[in-house]
Amino acid sequence: MATADWNPLGDVYYRKCELYAMEWCGLVDLAKHSVAVSTYGGPIALMKDESKLSRVVTNVKPVVSVYNAGGRLQSQMRWNSGNVITMGWSSTEELLCIQEDGVVLVYDMFLTFKRTFSMGQEAKDVKIIDAKVFSSFQGTGIAVITTSLRIFVVSNVDSPRIVRLAEVPGLNEPPSCWSIVVTDRQARALVALGSDLFLVDQGGQYQQMQADLSEDAGPISGMAVSFNSKFLALCTQQGALWIGSSDLQRKYCEFNTKSTVCPQQLVWCGNGAVVALWDRLILIVGPDKDWIRYNMDCSVFLVQEEDGLRIIGNDTHEFLQKVPAVTEQIFKIGSMEPGAMLFEASKEFQKRNQKADEYVRMIKDKLDTAVNQCIQAAGHEIEPSKQRMLLRAASFGKCFLTDYRPEPFVNMCQMLRVLNQVRHHSVGMPLTYTQLEHLSMPVLIDRLVMRKLFGLAVRICQYLKVPDAEGRSRILAHWACFKVQQKNEDEDKLARAISQKLMDVPGVSFSEIASQALEYGRKQLAVKLLDYEARASEQVPLLLKMGQDQTALTKAIDSGDTDLVYTVLLHLRDKKQNSGDFFMMIRTMPIACSLYIQYSRQQNLKLVEDLYYQEDNSLEEGNCKILRSYTVDHIEERAKILEEATNCFHRCKNEFAVKQTDEQVKLMRIQRRLEDDSGRSYADLSLQATLHQLILEGNATWVEKLRKDFKVPEKRFWILKINALAYGEDWVELEKFSRSKKPPVGIDVFVNGCMKYGNRLEAMKYLSRVSPDQKVRCLVKVGLYKEAAEAAIEMKNEDDFSYVLSRLGSADRQVAEQVRAMRGQLGARR
Amino acid sequence: MQQRVLRETGIYLVTVVTVYPRPFENTTMAGSGAAHLHLGKLNLSILRDFYRREFLECIDKCTGTKALVWDDGLTGPFGLIAEASMLKEQHEVERMFRLEASGLPSSNVQNIIFITRPRLHLMEIIAQCLLNEEMKGGFVRKEFYLVFVPRKSLLCEKKLKEQGVYGSFASVEEFNLGLIPFDSDLLSMEMEEAYRECYLENDFTSMFFAAQSLMTIQALYGSIPYIYGKGDCAKQVVDMMRRMKMEMGGVEPQITPQIDNLLIIDRTVDLLTPLLSQLTYEGLIDEVFNITNTSVKLPPEKFVTAEDKKNSKEEALSEPKKFILNSADELYAELRDKNFNAVGIIVSRKAKTITAEYDERHSAKTVGEMKQFVSKLPHLQAVRTSLGIHTSIAELIKDYTDSDEFLDSLRCQQELIHGIDTDKVNSYIEDCIARQENLTKVLRLLCIQSMCNDGLKPKVLEYYKREIIQTYGFEHLVTLSNLEKSGFLRPHSTRTYQVVRKTMRLIVEDINEQTPTDIAYVYSGYAPLSIRLAQTLARPGWRSITEVLNLLPGPKVEEVQQIPMGLRKRRASVTSSQSSMGEQKLTLVFFLGGVTQAEVAALRFLAQQDDGHPTDYVIATTRIVTGAKLLAEMMVGYSPEGLPIAPGF
Repeated sequence: MATADWNPLGDVYYRKCELYAMEWCGLVDLAKHSVAVSTYGGPIALMKDESKLSRVVTNVKPVVSVYNAGGRLQSQMRWNSGNVITMGWSSTEELLCIQEDGVVLVYDMFLTFKRTFSMGQEAKDVKIIDAKVFSSFQGTGIAVITTSLRIFVVSNVDSPRIVRLAEVPGLNEPPSCWSIVVTDRQARALVALGSDLFLVDQGGQYQQMQADLSEDAGPISGMAVSFNSKFLALCTQQGALWIGSSDLQRKYCEFNTKSTVCPQQLVWCGNGAVVALWDRLILIVGPDKDWIRYNMDCSVFLVQEEDGLRIIGNDTHEFLQKVPAVTEQIFKIGSMEPGAMLFEASKEFQKRNQKADEYVRMIKDKLDTAVNQCIQAAGHEIEPSKQRMLLRAASFGKCFLTDYRPEPFVNMCQMLRVLNQVRHHSVGMPLTYTQLEHLSMPVLIDRLVMRKLFGLAVRICQYLKVPDAEGRSRILAHWACFKVQQKNEDEDKLARAISQKLMDVPGVSFSEIASQALEYGRKQLAVKLLDYEARASEQVPLLLKMGQDQTALTKAIDSGDTDLVYTVLLHLRDKKQNSGDFFMMIRTMPIACSLYIQYSRQQNLKLVEDLYYQEDNSLEEGNCKILRSYTVDHIEERAKILEEATNCFHRCKNEFAVKQTDEQVKLMRIQRRLEDDSGRSYADLSLQATLHQLILEGNATWVEKLRKDFKVPEKRFWILKINALAYGEDWVELEKFSRSKKPPVGIDVFVNGCMKYGNRLEAMKYLSRVSPDQKVRCLVKVGLYKEAAEAAIEMKNEDDFSYVLSRLGSADRQVAEQVRAMRGQLGARR
Repeated sequence: MQQRVLRETGIYLVTVVTVYPRPFENTTMAGSGAAHLHLGKLNLSILRDFYRREFLECIDKCTGTKALVWDDGLTGPFGLIAEASMLKEQHEVERMFRLEASGLPSSNVQNIIFITRPRLHLMEIIAQCLLNEEMKGGFVRKEFYLVFVPRKSLLCEKKLKEQGVYGSFASVEEFNLGLIPFDSDLLSMEMEEAYRECYLENDFTSMFFAAQSLMTIQALYGSIPYIYGKGDCAKQVVDMMRRMKMEMGGVEPQITPQIDNLLIIDRTVDLLTPLLSQLTYEGLIDEVFNITNTSVKLPPEKFVTAEDKKNSKEEALSEPKKFILNSADELYAELRDKNFNAVGIIVSRKAKTITAEYDERHSAKTVGEMKQFVSKLPHLQAVRTSLGIHTSIAELIKDYTDSDEFLDSLRCQQELIHGIDTDKVNSYIEDCIARQENLTKVLRLLCIQSMCNDGLKPKVLEYYKREIIQTYGFEHLVTLSNLEKSGFLRPHSTRTYQVVRKTMRLIVEDINEQTPTDIAYVYSGYAPLSIRLAQTLARPGWRSITEVLNLLPGPKVEEVQQIPMGLRKRRASVTSSQSSMGEQKLTLVFFLGGVTQAEVAALRFLAQQDDGHPTDYVIATTRIVTGAKLLAEMMVGYSPEGLPIAPGF
């Protein structure tokens, strides 16, 4: 019978089911330990409580052990620090141990020390008497109350910022009970003082509150805030149990337990009922004074969950919850809900009974509701067999629906499969479907990774088709980080194992793994791992950090990222004392060399020369020297640098460059001499320009000397001289020059020269001497279009004639017409 | 719809013309409409919007009024991404300054954002500006920000630290501006020195940026299934892309690939083409007047109307006029890729139709007809404005192409590429030197000769070199050395040019300049090798030219990127009537080291050919070059960074 373990509490039912038979059975007695349990199926921390053990004060340090929810030992250590007041778990499953002196030590669930922080100077000075770990809006918070009866709060243990709460007026002895209420994104403390309650906040304000207790209830001795911080339960010394809202505005009921003994634990079961524990007796009280009691076999510990209560005992681990509405609808005796009918139908169908058909017909119109109910109810079951039955019913119902979307069914199947896996006692995470929904799948995967259940996490990701970047790759990276911490393993083997697993996994940051290895002092391993890193921008800085300069440089160059190469180069340059060493190091890498030269070029040309010298690149060294020579003014200095350049060119056997450089030095000296003679500057002029200037000055001797000394070709010299004379408008000299001997250039050069400097008349003088093939062009040049056209016709040269035609643009209109008309003649004469 | 676009364009062109000569602030952002970007096969406005969003995020990080201080080299590219007006109206950008050593003009904005390329000499200027500002003080406490484009640089940050101003910045960001959309099928990174850096200085930073920008393209348009490349840099880029893909850790863009092939051509594979004189309309504009970031400044004489003369002051008329050249201008889109000899005919034909359309108003009798005419009017006016502009530009170009210098040089080039007497000293080049014509022109011809002869004999080369040094100055010994180092001048080696010329049909004899049938029209008879490679790749494939590929420098790259099944393009079903046609493939051709407008024109020409295997092309490059720009990078004293320049250079 499905409802066998259901107990009514007013209108609703509560059920208790076993999650695990504890593996610690027979080894652990909870009564002798202080216990801290992480919510959402988290691990259990036990610390042997000396005060519970014996009255004899011993110096033996207590032992801290962490178990999973199935009672399997995860880790154990002997406590070496101060006196622990309270233990608790953060939302990221870190164990928080709050010591008497206000120091909080943070461990992971394998009891590896992570960090520590203090609850402030005052806590340290005067010691604390009690501490609470609570879940705040930012994560997990800690509140402590000092012997001076002040309360200090840290809202987030990941970034501790200590806030002092307002003082409670009239408080001169430790309060009988207190609690943290998180509302409006602020943590406030609710402190009981006799039968009065005070709410103190971070702004220094306090608020006295009345709990509307009956007259004879007596002082408040215990309180419990519900999971969602909305409800509050109080118990008094006279055994009254008050249930209301946490702002004390509403009172649901006041139940008399008739027990003057204060309960060991007062907690909420979900948000719907209050549970009090006296040694082996559990009393559940609903908001309407209904109650259920359970007798336990041994002392137990109660853990509040979002949707229920975990009862951890020496032998078993049980879960108490309100029967979910949908489950009630299906299984409640006599339920006529569609889900219940479908479930029946499915059962009958499996028995091959025709009743199945009748049931289905009854709920024909509400079949989709029925299917949804079955799916949801399956989610709330812990037993796989029950899940299966419900899912089978859902799937049966689905057959009759034509347009039912399969997603909810498939999703539920997947979720249940994952849940069943993590509930397995080897994993020990007794999550309910509701809890998983709240926790979300990525967090669950993170928690599995934290438990070092990498294989399971990967399989879940693959099963749920989580993208590799968020799923598999990330998990494997964590695995690798964990792997490198194992000091006993051989580095080669480890590197190989890691790379084998991760090589084909995209998006794994090998540099992160390597830096982890480096942190654990395994440099060789880090170097090996870093070799697999794809992103050079991550890899190179780490290589530099490890002193792998050469590799860093090679990798930077391979990446093609110039900035990265410079990072390495400048790092190396600053590191190496001796610049020679630095050059030696980079000289085998042409890219590095060129980049460094580029960099140096912007700093200092001399440095570039040195670099080229180091490189034995004499040609470039010489070129650099030439460039540098132009930056000095003094002629002898310049000549000296050029002579150095000559040596460079000698070294690389560039005879041409040697000769040119020598000639340049020679030219410079001549220019200097000319300057001394004439007082005119010739500096920085080319040979051609020098000649040009000398011709203009009429310095025939030097012109002749330079022409001979520098072997200026005849033709160029003529063109030069013609242009220079025309430029200087020395038409007489030009004429003379044209007749001095047979020119090595065409007479058209003279015509062009004259026209260039605007002397048409002079140009005309040469026309008669122009050779026939240049005649037309020259005629056009001086603007004698008609004559040009006639000449073209005479020579029967069609190309020349069209040339004339194309130049008519600037001709006189009448002439142009005449020329165009002559086209006929060309054809006629042909 | 089309009419609307054009109308905007028309108004726009007019605005540019009238707005231009005003103080700097108004002209930094040569704002441009982006309507034309989505007209191509690949919607490049997605890329533009992407950059725009990133940039705005970058500057919106600081709240309050801002002044942007621009590195001069960036104003052009940014003008193509974010308009000044938009920045002012929506992003509290109140002022825009030019980054100058003289410091910043005073202003009372709350934030000052420096936007700069990572260049060391700019850091010094920024430091100076910052120190000046701090000395000045002022009522409002200013916050300073620094944005590096495209990337932060260690060296620059170090420099700022040395200058003691690094700490004054509230934040130092980077804005990864890679390929800037120039037109619906053209992207450029506008890196001015990519070729120099790669082949002269052995610094492959620009290739890294190129690879990064290709990754951006793939993130937006899907992984490109097939990658081909030729040349050292091409291989480098493909390697880096592979690396970057690995670094991303398997996170692939979940987009169906919109680009089918990527062809990466290293400029060294075909250095000859950019050295030749381009003969397309746009190519010539670039050669003569130098197009920068799709805009060109022209001498104003031809564009001044009588009205302008009345209204403006004297000096305004002597300022060069600025025009934006892109396919938003309908007429320009038609003209740009034509051989210049065909331009005149099209312009005059267009002029006739426009006049005819204007004349319709006389024949319009009814109100309805009038209304119809009026509705066409804005379009007609836009076309007429544009017609006027292009008539003037064409006249300017014609003056140049009719000159003896140009014609003689062209004749010399033609002789050389035909392989006529390439092994001897060329008398035209000799004369040019003797006449001391522009050194770039001389070097251009010299390099052409060297390439067409597979390198010059030592004696010939030394003769040339000596002539150049004696004429233009000794410092050009280094220029010549640079040319040799970077592959422009080579020692004589095995015959490759002749083989390549024959196999790839580089010389096409009878070309039709008006209605071309082959890409060779862009150089009046010479088909660019780079484009022939792209053409062969599309059909029949590179396997047919293995021999040629082996002769050309650098390795060949072929790579397949696996595309997940779900993202593959669906093939048209076999039964469908169109299947016989074959789907149009889209190839992205990336030119490392630069591409000329003529080459772009040739690819556009190929895209229009319908030969049963249609391939559409999108062109990307590190920079749009001309032979002169390319050679200028090699010149001694070429100094974008203000390096010590010797007097007389």
